Amino acid sequence: MLIKKPDDIKASEITDKELYLSRRDFMRTTTQSLGALAAGIAAPGLLLTNSDAEAATATKLSGLRKSSFSTNDPLTPYKDVTSYNNFYEFSTDKYTPAQLAGTLNPRPWTITVEGEVKHKKTFDIDALLKLSPLEERIYRLRCVEGWSMVIPWVGFSLSELIKQVEPNGNAKFVEFISLQDPKQMPGQRSSVLDWPYVEGLRMDEAMNPLTILAVGLYGEVLPNQNGAPVRLVTPWKYGFKNAKSIVKIRFSSTPSVSSWMKANPNEYGFFANVNPTVDHPRWSQAKERRIGEFLKRETLMFNGYGEQVAQLYNGMDLRKFF
Amino acid sequence: MKYFSQLKAALFLISLIPLSRLAWYGYSDQLGANPIEFITRSLGTWTLVFLMITLSITPLRNLSSWSWLIKLRRMAGLFAFFYALLHFITYIWLDQFFDLSSIYKDVIKRPFITIGFAAFVLLIPLALTSTNAMIKRLGGKRWQTLHKLVYFIAFFAVLHYWWLVKKDITQPVIYAAILAVLLGYRIWMKRKKRSIDFIRQLIRS
Repeated sequence: MLIKKPDDIKASEITDKELYLSRRDFMRTTTQSLGALAAGIAAPGLLLTNSDAEAATATKLSGLRKSSFSTNDPLTPYKDVTSYNNFYEFSTDKYTPAQLAGTLNPRPWTITVEGEVKHKKTFDIDALLKLSPLEERIYRLRCVEGWSMVIPWVGFSLSELIKQVEPNGNAKFVEFISLQDPKQMPGQRSSVLDWPYVEGLRMDEAMNPLTILAVGLYGEVLPNQNGAPVRLVTPWKYGFKNAKSIVKIRFSSTPSVSSWMKANPNEYGFFANVNPTVDHPRWSQAKERRIGEFLKRETLMFNGYGEQVAQLYNGMDLRKFF
Repeated sequence: MKYFSQLKAALFLISLIPLSRLAWYGYSDQLGANPIEFITRSLGTWTLVFLMITLSITPLRNLSSWSWLIKLRRMAGLFAFFYALLHFITYIWLDQFFDLSSIYKDVIKRPFITIGFAAFVLLIPLALTSTNAMIKRLGGKRWQTLHKLVYFIAFFAVLHYWWLVKKDITQPVIYAAILAVLLGYRIWMKRKKRSIDFIRQLIRS
């Protein structure tokens, strides 16, 4: 009797595991985002929840030095700082990153320093944390959208890192490049910005004592939605300058074109200094709403840090170099 | 329709849910880090939704032949006005706190506010002439011409949203697409009617 044997499946016909998994991933995120979209239309903001779980797992950072640069302004509550985030790598909605950022894995993590420097180097995040004593810096943060916060960052002066790697004479600018990994950052599956997120500073801005690499806030390790494990903080500039989840720092002779400049060059410039007299083309920058306050307050030139940074821009037309 | 008045009462209550939800969120501290922004956006969104609902009633009636649908159009339109008014008051009061010079600057300098303001102003005569008495006073034909303004209002409202967003235009695009379908349907019907009239004339002559 002839029993027909089923044909063997050729190896070439078997779906690659990687591909198969990514397809499932795609379907999951698609259904999720469709669901979110439907919910967004039906009831905007219904998805609002607290990120208490996130807070519970935070790790304390101890032995922090105080800084004379800290402001006495009352702090924005931890809950608001960690639930209202512009982090397009996760979502263009500000309440969503706190819920989605669990997929970001800030350990292990390395930051590569390259370009016009004597010591090209890759820092492990734990080595970076020991590069310089950690300080608490209570800074005002002014978003280009017209709201502001007061955040007790934990970090150290970027200049400490720059001194270690010794930029050469060609180094005029520093570029900060954020992680690009759609698996960890699902928002990168959408091309809303040109990934990876890139921001840049002029060398003297990067060396300014106000400029820090932040690794924590409120005495704890940075929550993922705030840019774990390491982010830039330049308090006299609009918030979008502060690249989050940095993986690369590059020194170069030419200024970088940041993600927001690429997205809309008429609206977002290289300097992005807080300036109440230069409006965003579509909204005023004269006032801001401090999160937690009812009435708007006047926005201060350089976000109130003129004493430390105004000299960096002597003789520059800030209307032109916005 | 047998239970029309019950249906209408139910829809009236349902239409108040977005407002009650905001009130509940406010009471239970769920408006998030930036409550004023949340309230403004939410009221704006619901204005758009009710504008789209208002504009979809005529096509739905034509396609379904449920003639009673038309009797819901006024209520939908008035709810669009209601949420637009609340959206406007939120801006004037909570957001700007009656700072007239700043409001004036906003309206003349910022295109998204200019167009949103225009849409709101144009809605006012439609709300004022929504009563039976006003329809009678104006006469059906003139009333209808006036109320064609709603097409411009809806277009301005979508533009208002589009020009507000920083980069992610997904949501405005959705509203624009819905509006395109609703207005496209009307153009298509008009053309169809014209060609039918033309054929009728041919047959007659």
